[in-house]
Amino acid sequence: MRKNGEATIQDAHVRLGRALRAVIIGALAVLFLVPFYLLVRGGLSSESDLTSPGWTFFPRTLRWSNVRELFDDPSVPMLHALWNSTQIAVLTTLGTLLLASLAGYGLARIPYPYANHVFYAILGTLMIPSAVTFVPSFVLVSTLGWISTLRGLIVPTLFSGFAAFVFRQYFLGFPKELEDAARVDGLGHWRTYWRVVVPNSRPVFAAVGAIVFIGSWNAFLWPLVIGQDQQAWTVQVALATFTTAQVVNLHELFVAAAVSILPLVVVFVVLQRYIVAGVERSGID
Amino acid sequence: MPSRLLGPQNRYLWFWVFTGPFVVGLGVFVYVPLLWSLALSFFDARNTVTPTHFVGLSNYTSVLGDSAFTSSLATFAVFCLFIVPATYALSLALALMVNRLRLARAFFRSVFFLPTACSYVVASVIWKLSLFNGVRFGLANTVLRWFGQDPVAWLSTSHPPWYWLVIVTVRLWLQAGFYMVLILAGLQRIPRALYEAAAVDGARPGWQVFRHITFPQLRATSVAVVLLLVINAFQAFDEFYNLLSTARGYPPYARPPLVYLYYVALGQGQDLGIGSAGAVVLALIIALVTVVQARWFGLGRKEE
Repeated sequence: MRKNGEATIQDAHVRLGRALRAVIIGALAVLFLVPFYLLVRGGLSSESDLTSPGWTFFPRTLRWSNVRELFDDPSVPMLHALWNSTQIAVLTTLGTLLLASLAGYGLARIPYPYANHVFYAILGTLMIPSAVTFVPSFVLVSTLGWISTLRGLIVPTLFSGFAAFVFRQYFLGFPKELEDAARVDGLGHWRTYWRVVVPNSRPVFAAVGAIVFIGSWNAFLWPLVIGQDQQAWTVQVALATFTTAQVVNLHELFVAAAVSILPLVVVFVVLQRYIVAGVERSGID
Repeated sequence: MPSRLLGPQNRYLWFWVFTGPFVVGLGVFVYVPLLWSLALSFFDARNTVTPTHFVGLSNYTSVLGDSAFTSSLATFAVFCLFIVPATYALSLALALMVNRLRLARAFFRSVFFLPTACSYVVASVIWKLSLFNGVRFGLANTVLRWFGQDPVAWLSTSHPPWYWLVIVTVRLWLQAGFYMVLILAGLQRIPRALYEAAAVDGARPGWQVFRHITFPQLRATSVAVVLLLVINAFQAFDEFYNLLSTARGYPPYARPPLVYLYYVALGQGQDLGIGSAGAVVLALIIALVTVVQARWFGLGRKEE
């Protein structure tokens, strides 16, 4: 048994520690939100407010007209870039989910003597960093004549070893009883997959889909290399072009950047549970 | 004969129906380009993908002899030295703190995880033009002025190399939340019984429990996190390009390997032979680094 005095000292220590942690985590949270604040502040300020020497924490008047100004500016193809990014991200996500989930299911559930060899061939591509593949992939895409086309931006990125790996691991643990029941009802592999397996696997599709969508929307190096003409620019390439330009129109650039992350913030808020699950799955276990 | 190819109940056929499209795509869009590029690295391939002039190893000797290439490796080493320990320490601290929260746990996890939604391009816009803008109205320079200091040209000076602060903090902000989630998952897998046993043995909550239980139990997660951090640092391109490149081009300092490769293979020279040789050398280096790391961590495990 502890003495009374010692116990209260320890309690005080615990309480102090808890308060200290609360202060630290609160301060860190504020720091992590500062960049978002700077983005919104920049997007809703006038150019003269932004470049005035004194710091204003909030713009004197919120200039929502900046958004219209951005979309009306003919020298900035932002609307077209948003449309390109949307098409690329949606098609890449759907294509990756289809191809990788089929492959993952085949590897996990259909016995084949050389299934392991196929699996290792897929696993091998996980070890190859994109640093090594972008020059060779550029060579292939330019040979196909796909430079500055949506095809060139989408098709080479559809074969994600990561997605196939996650699906295989998931389907290995899929309850066999459900499939057996479908088998008894006379369904073959194909219809079992579409009628029983897919409808019962929505969370893993949401997790992989959200991660692929975010990755595709935010991708920069590949769209920079392949989307050379202005009509093939994605949002990221368009933003980068303004950032590195000679004359920078600050408020317009900030509003463009804010508009570009809006779709992802929505995806994030709606699908966060699945995204976190997806990140956890991607950790090598 | 057909039944041997198709397998019992056509199973082999079905296997290929499911995996075929993916495997063919992987072959065409990953393996073929890799082999092609390997071939290009032995040819004089300026502005062409079907070269005819075989040059042996001369692309390799010119890459390895190029001081821009070796200095890009040095840039990577410095970057790695900053970003890997900083991200690991911050993610671990965030995970430990969030894990102990009883109130608003989901809220704080979301706040730290939210930057994952941000692209490197958008983050670079904020860092370059607002936070670390070199003129007086940048946030960092405003704070400096409050303390009576002169403004700093964060990105356009290499004496002292303040650009490292900008480059490292942008990546730290973007990726810390992602690794926090990985470490949180690792923390949840530690059996509660261990903590109970430690409490019975009189271990003080806090440092002692962390040092003797939490940290050793997190070992597998930590190894995975550090490996991922190193590989990702090796592939850094987006923030370097967007922070440092201007209308006048890329400055001569702070060029990581991928930026070097980008300008060699796709810049004005379009020298795909040298670019391919550089990619092969980088592939060998990253493979070597990964194997050495795995060995190092693996050997440590045997000592336990």
